[in-house]
Parts: sequence; C-alpha cells; structure tokens
Amino acid sequence: MPDLSRPAKGRKIFLDCEINGRALTLEAYPMARLLDVLREQAGLTGTKEGCGEGECGACAVELNGALVNSCLVPARQATGAKIRTIEGITGGNPLPEDHLLGERLHVVQQAFLEHGGAQCGICTPGMILAAVNLLARNSNPSESEIREGLGGNLCRCTGYTKIFESVLAACRAIEFPSEPQR
Amino acid sequence: MRSYVPAYEMETPRDLSDALERLAREPGVWKPFAGGTDLMVLLEAGKLPHRRFLNVSEFSELRGIETTPECVTLGALTTYTEIRRSEVLAREFPLLCRAAAETGSVATQNRGTLGGNIANASPAADSPPALLVYDAELELVSLNRARWVPYQGFWTGYKQIGLRADELIRAIRLPRGMHPWNHYYRKVGTRRAQAISKVCFAATARMDAGRVADVRVALGSVAPMVLRAVETEKILRDQKLTRENLRAAQDVLAREIAPIDDMRSTARYRRRIAQNLLAEFCATLQA
Repeated sequence: MPDLSRPAKGRKIFLDCEINGRALTLEAYPMARLLDVLREQAGLTGTKEGCGEGECGACAVELNGALVNSCLVPARQATGAKIRTIEGITGGNPLPEDHLLGERLHVVQQAFLEHGGAQCGICTPGMILAAVNLLARNSNPSESEIREGLGGNLCRCTGYTKIFESVLAACRAIEFPSEPQR
Repeated sequence: MRSYVPAYEMETPRDLSDALERLAREPGVWKPFAGGTDLMVLLEAGKLPHRRFLNVSEFSELRGIETTPECVTLGALTTYTEIRRSEVLAREFPLLCRAAAETGSVATQNRGTLGGNIANASPAADSPPALLVYDAELELVSLNRARWVPYQGFWTGYKQIGLRADELIRAIRLPRGMHPWNHYYRKVGTRRAQAISKVCFAATARMDAGRVADVRVALGSVAPMVLRAVETEKILRDQKLTRENLRAAQDVLAREIAPIDDMRSTARYRRRIAQNLLAEFCATLQA
C-alpha cells in the first residue's frame, strides 16, 4: 500500500490568468484556494470568505463566465482562466448619469444600494456576482428563478426579501433605463 | 482545522493517456480531481488523506453528451448544469435532471461532475438513485483496457466502489426507451435549497391495463450505499396497485433499507418517509 500521506514537494507554481480583464501571473501552491490567491496574491479583497466549504456563496466569482465558489477552486485549475470578481463588476450601467447614486456602479449594485439589499456586507459581493451572473443568462427572471439563482448565497441580516427586491429592481432598470429608480 | 496547503500537489497531465499512465505506474498515489466540490471541502476540514492529485478536468475525452439509437452517453466530466440544460435528458431521463437541479447551488452545479459524484460514493448523493432506476452503466478506463460495468452492484460498501486504483470513470451510459415510463423523484431534506438528503427517492414504472408491468425503485441516505429496492419491486411487479399490495410493499421496503440516526435525521423518520414516498409514487401511477 503506498503511503498516501507522504507530503508533496511543496513547490509553488506560476499561474497565468486574466482577472477582471487584466492578464496576471500569480504565484501559488497548486492546491491553494482561488479565494486566497485572489485576496492575498492579487490584492482583491472584495471577495469574502464565509464558510470555506461551498455552502454560503460569499466567495462567489465568475470563472470563464460560470458562477463558482472560489473556496472550492484550487489554483491549478484557475490556470489560463478568465476570472471576474466584485471589483470587475462596476460599470456597464445603462441608467442615465442623473439617476446614479455617486459612482457608476453596476445596475445590480445600484439596486442593492437603493433597496436595502446590503446590511453587514459580507454576503454582498457573492450576492451581486450571483445576481449579475443570473441576469446575464436570463435578463427577465421570475421571482422563483431569482430565488433559485441566489439559493447558494446565505445572508444572515436581511431575511432575503430586500435582496430579491433589489434584483427585481435591477431587472426593471435594465428593461426601462430611462425611468428614475428611486 | 484547515490542511497545510504546501503539503498537497496537483498536476495537470498532458492528456488522458498520460493520466492513465501515471495511475498505472503509481496506483493509489494519484487521485483524479475533477470539479473539487467534495475534495476541496475535505481539504478545508483537514480531512483529505490523499496528497497528490491529477487535474483531469480538461480532458475532452471525458466531456459531452452523445446520443445513439440505443443509448445516451454522458462523459464523466458532465456537470450538473450541463445535465439540466440537455434536451434529450429532460425528455427521456427527467429524474437525472431533477437530481442535478436538487444538487447544491448554481455554483456547485457549475463545477460538480456526474463522474465525481459516482467516484465520491456518498450514500447521500442525489444523482445515484436516478442513475440506478435508469440501469446506468459505467465505462472504466485504464492504460491497457476499457470495460463497461453496471452501476448497480458497483458499490461494495460505505464509500467503497469497484473502481481499481489505476482506473478512471470515463463515461456513464443510459439505455434509451424510458420515455413511456412514469418517472418519480423526490428528495427530502431540511430545507428546499442546498440541503443534504434525509431520504432521496427515485422510481420509474410502466403500467399496463391497471397493472404494474415493470417497476424500479432506488433510494439514497437510507443505507451505507444508495440501493435499488429489488425486494420491494418484486412485491409491486405484475400486480394491481391495491391498498393491500401497497401496504405489503411498504413493509418490505422498511426491512430492505437500513437507515441510521445521524446529524441529519433519525432512522425512524427516514424509514417512515421512505414508506410515504413509495405511497406517493404509487399514487402518481394511479392518477
């Protein structure tokens, strides 16, 4: 029987990937979590750690366009990948300038601000990523489709109602960009 | 406690034959790693016994859903999301789509693979009951050969399967012709989203003139492995669905499964729910 627990050599690898449209080369152990690589190597601390076991969605990012929990992605598997984090979500808001609160946020971020979708903020980056990813696949989701799309994201503050309202508001803002949203 | 990450290794083989060569050269040392939705959880909990992993997630030989007149064949790397989006599976094997939809969240469904679910061999997994009632077969490949084995009987014990250390699951094959059958699937967990099953129940039946011409029943989370309730099937097969026959089938089912008390439920609750789901399934057949 081979000794399965014999430690490996412990060599870091160079990891070429594209994060939020920028080509980067990062250095990480092959089994390091993408979550840690993003936060500690790339300095992108918007992605949060909640449970660390794929249950809560706080660490959600897009990997080659698919929503994933970055705590469950080893660095090796992010090689060559296109990654989008909460830092890459800003912009692309179809609302006219005078409808925006401050910065040019994504329409989903804007809706979370206006409809109380964020309280403590730990779940918010993952919620926003899940909502943006859902709207990219289905620009006019029903409430049950929103519930399913956000089903992997836990929030212990809002009771979810304000989050669903925020996403519905974002859908309306995409459909009718000229109407004031507030 | 989290594992010490530098002690773990993961390499990406050049291609499938390179991966199989390594598995053959050092059997048991390298463990195939696909979507990571189970293995990374163990890593985080400090409970991952293997130290060396082969990243098999990019092999095209392990991807895709192919349809022939006889079978639908899914590459082992087919994700739950891909299963949910497949028209042929939705039409002919709806229980597999239901199982995929009930497995974890969108993020889990994007990464988790059918082959990984089979290899992980959890008795609480949601896709195996569906695979069992569709008489799935597995293609196992090693350096010098490939073999097809029935999924039923592949399980040898709790988290134990008949996959040799030098083998990889390449594909899962479902024989067609299930279209006219009745299909029933229900997962009972603590909540609707993302729960691990207390009981998972999949069943198919073909009715003929008020009789059960054929029936298949499989359950998860009620025994050390996901099982086909073959004794229960025998009671129902070729019979009318009378109250007495259903009662007899429920009695046999209660003896055929071996649920336990654990953090998610109790043996008594699981046994009762399994019997109730059998009754609900039979009620759908009479409708």
